[in-house]
Amino acid sequence: MRPELAHLWVYLQTTPLLGLGATLLAYQAAVAISRKLGGHTLANPMLIAIGLLVGLMLLTHTPYDVYFQGAQYVQFLLGPATVALAVPMHANLGQIRRSAHAILPAILAGSVVAAGSAMLIARLLGASPEVVLSLAPKSVTTPIAMGISEQIGGQPSLTAVFVLLTGIAAIILVGPVMRLTRITDWRAHGLAAGTAGHALATARVLLLNETAGAFGGLAIGLNGLITALVVPLLARLFAGF
Amino acid sequence: MLRSLTILIVCQFVGEVIVRVTGLPLPGPVLGLVLLLALLMLRGGPDEEMKSTSSGLLRHLLLLFVPAGAGVVTQLNVLGRNLPAAIVAIGVSTALGLAVTAWVMQRLTRGPST
Repeated sequence: MRPELAHLWVYLQTTPLLGLGATLLAYQAAVAISRKLGGHTLANPMLIAIGLLVGLMLLTHTPYDVYFQGAQYVQFLLGPATVALAVPMHANLGQIRRSAHAILPAILAGSVVAAGSAMLIARLLGASPEVVLSLAPKSVTTPIAMGISEQIGGQPSLTAVFVLLTGIAAIILVGPVMRLTRITDWRAHGLAAGTAGHALATARVLLLNETAGAFGGLAIGLNGLITALVVPLLARLFAGF
Repeated sequence: MLRSLTILIVCQFVGEVIVRVTGLPLPGPVLGLVLLLALLMLRGGPDEEMKSTSSGLLRHLLLLFVPAGAGVVTQLNVLGRNLPAAIVAIGVSTALGLAVTAWVMQRLTRGPST
């Protein structure tokens, strides 16, 4: 690198502009790439943007801390965005009230089974405790999952990856599992997709049936709340082993 | 936009404070969500400004996960070593979660699906 370029690079590393600009540019590029690929579920813009940034950091030997100086301003908005989930939830309040007697037990059961079995299987297969804890909140929407992960001593960035893998698994599995268990009710279909596979699986069932989509949306929010309460208890249970 | 953004931040702030003070096992923003939901119920729903601010934030939700997700660069070793276990755990637990949720829901609801 020529000396003046090296100086410029040293300067840029001290300002938040580098990480902030890189995040926004990488995301715009990722959205464009995802559109080129026909918006396929696996061509998720978040995953592509993360891949681009990880590649960039490895190539330029930029430490994550330097990147995060700028990226933290984007990350900060995750808090208010989580609070904002209350608005779509409020719009579904009528539907929640009407079938609360079935919805709440179903989501609670799904939440405990999904989180508990993931932790148990990972533990039995010899995953490190950090990975087991990062897996626990993987079924809920990313901002809530990352908050839970941080709280119980997991790695929020690992959790973000696990959340995405879970969504992909749910997209692949939702059809076969519903056939195998002979579930014909679209409300049950949607609720399961939203509970076990958050927004990714909900988007998938929405293509099949609108009622399923509405119940999926409902499940994303409620499961976020329920899992936030359930997972710290499960984590405490696991720490006893 | 400014007023509704202020409401969102204040809800989150109050949520964080309550979590710290009471030791509730909830992320602060999740409690903020509950507070805003209660507020919306009291006022009979969000106004236009709150609707547009929240949908604006939620439309670009994926972007907001990118910085933390990129943190995986510091975890590549851990991820590499644990990836097979994690994938099996995710696959099996997702199938179980789908089946249990749908089964309980179908058992407890009567009548045909609309």
